[in-house]
Amino acid sequence: MAEESWKDLYEKTQEPNSPPTGPILFYNDLVIEHFTNPRNVGELENFDGEAVIGDPSCGDQMKVAIKVDSNRIVDIRFRSYGCPGAIATSSMVTELAKGKTIEEALMITDDDVIISLGGIPERKRHCSLLGVKALQEAINDYFRRGYDLD
Amino acid sequence: MRRVYLDHNATTPLESRVFEAMKPYLMEAFGNASSPHHYGRVAKQALEESRIIIADLIGAKPEEIIFTSGGTEADNLALRGIAYRKRERKGHIITSSIEHDAILSTCNDLEKDGFTITYLPVDSQGRVDPDDARKSIRKDTILISVMYANNETGVIEPIAEISEVAREHGVPFHCDAIQAVGKIALDVRELSTDLLCLSSHKIYGPKGIGALVVRNGIELSPVLTGGHHERGLRAGTENIAAIVGFAHALKIAIEEMDSYQIRVSALRNKLESDLLNGIDQVEIHSAKAKRLPHTTSISFASVEAESILLHLDLKGIAASSGSACTTGEPEPSHVLSAMGISPELAQGSVRISLGRENTEEEVDYTVKVLKDTMNHLRRISSQWNTLKAL
Repeated sequence: MAEESWKDLYEKTQEPNSPPTGPILFYNDLVIEHFTNPRNVGELENFDGEAVIGDPSCGDQMKVAIKVDSNRIVDIRFRSYGCPGAIATSSMVTELAKGKTIEEALMITDDDVIISLGGIPERKRHCSLLGVKALQEAINDYFRRGYDLD
Repeated sequence: MRRVYLDHNATTPLESRVFEAMKPYLMEAFGNASSPHHYGRVAKQALEESRIIIADLIGAKPEEIIFTSGGTEADNLALRGIAYRKRERKGHIITSSIEHDAILSTCNDLEKDGFTITYLPVDSQGRVDPDDARKSIRKDTILISVMYANNETGVIEPIAEISEVAREHGVPFHCDAIQAVGKIALDVRELSTDLLCLSSHKIYGPKGIGALVVRNGIELSPVLTGGHHERGLRAGTENIAAIVGFAHALKIAIEEMDSYQIRVSALRNKLESDLLNGIDQVEIHSAKAKRLPHTTSISFASVEAESILLHLDLKGIAASSGSACTTGEPEPSHVLSAMGISPELAQGSVRISLGRENTEEEVDYTVKVLKDTMNHLRRISSQWNTLKAL
C-alpha cells in the first residue's frame, strides 16, 4: 500500500466517530497494514545506539538501531520476530520515534503505540511493550556510547 | 477473494448428501424420541436406525453407542464416568502428554479432585510406547486413555497394543478416536477398547453431535443427569437431525475411505515435498511415523506461526497452529514440546489438514503463497539473518 493509504487509515482512527480503541477481538485494518507493509525494516550501517529485546524462545524479539543527529532521531531501523501484533507495534514505534528528540522519544508509551494503531486486541497488549522497551534500550545504548567518548 | 480451506482437523463443511438426510428431521419429523405418540415414534425409529448404522460401521453393538453433544462431552463422560463410578475420589489415571485439551483439562480437573494422573511421554516422532503404559500401571489405576491419532501431527498411536496392556491388567481403556474415525480403519473389537469417542463434524457431518462407544459391561457414572435417555448415561432430548446426519456422514466416510486416502495422501505428500524443495529451513514433524493421510505439521525457522497464519489468511488460505501467543507467556504446542521440538521451532509450526474437496491446484497455490509468506516474514525477522549466518 502507498504511503498515503496508511495515513488515511491512521487519520480514520483519529476521527471522533472512529471505533473505540479499547478491547477488540481481531486486528484492525491499520494493524494489518503495518503487518503487511512494516515501516523502517532493516539495519543501519552507522548507528548511534542499538538494542535487542525479547527472546525468540519466548515468542518475540526486536532489534532496533537509531541514528541521532543534534539530539534528534533522524533514522531508525528494526527487525522483529513474533506475532502480527509484535510486528505491527514494532513498525509503529519506529514511525513514532522517527524525527523526535531523544527526550520526546523516551516519553513514548505502549499506550501511544496502541492508540496510534487504532487499538490492538486486548490479549495482544503486551506486544506493544516490546517496541517501547527496545526503543528505550537503544536510547540508553546511545547515552552509554556518548559517555564512553568523554 | 479466492479461498482455500486447509483446516479440516478443526472442522469440515456439511456434506450435501448428509444435509439432505437431515432435512426431514429439522422440520416435519421434529418429535421427541421419548414421546410415545406418532411424532415420538418417528424420531425414535430414526434414532435407533442411526445407532445401528454407526455400530455396524465400527464393529460395535447398537446398545454400546451413547450419543453426546460431541467429542468433548464424550471424552468428559469417559473420564469422569469412570473416575466417579465409585463414590470415592481417588485413583490413578494414565494418559499421554499429547492428548487433546478435552482429555488434558479434564485430567487436570480430576487431579484437583484427588485423582493422580500419569502423562506418558512420546518419542521424537510423537509415538507413545506401550511399554511405558505397562510400567506406569499401579494397583489403583482405574483408566488408561490414549488417543488414536493426534490432531496436530496426525501420528497414529499403537492403540491395539496399549489396549492389550490395559486388558492384561484389568484396567479399562479409553481411546479418543475423533481425528481417526472415517480416515483410517477403525473397529472397536479389533482395537479392543472399553470406551472410544467419536465426533461428527470432523467427517463432513453436523456439529454438536458425537458418541461414546461403551463396551457392554463397563460401568459409568453419568455426567449429565435428568431423563432416562441413552441408557441413563446421558440425559437430554436426543438431537435426531444431527444424529441422522452423523450416521450418514460416517457411512459416506467409511464407504469412500479408500479413494479418500489415496487422494489426500497424494496431495499431502506433494505439499510436503514442494515445501521441502521450495523453501529453506523447513521441517516436517513426525515424518517417520505412521500418520493420518491428510495431516501435516510443518515448522518454518525464524518466523512465528500466528504471523504465518495471518499472512495466509490475507491470501485466502485457512490453516492453523498448535501454539498461541496470547498472554506474553510463550505457549508453544504441547504436542511438539512433548516430542522435544525446541520452543523456537515449535513457535513457527503450522498445521495443514486437507480434505476431500481440496485439489492439486490448491496445493500449488498454497506452496506459492507460503513462499511469499516466508520472503515477507523472514525479511522482517530478527532471527533469519542470524540463522542464515550460522
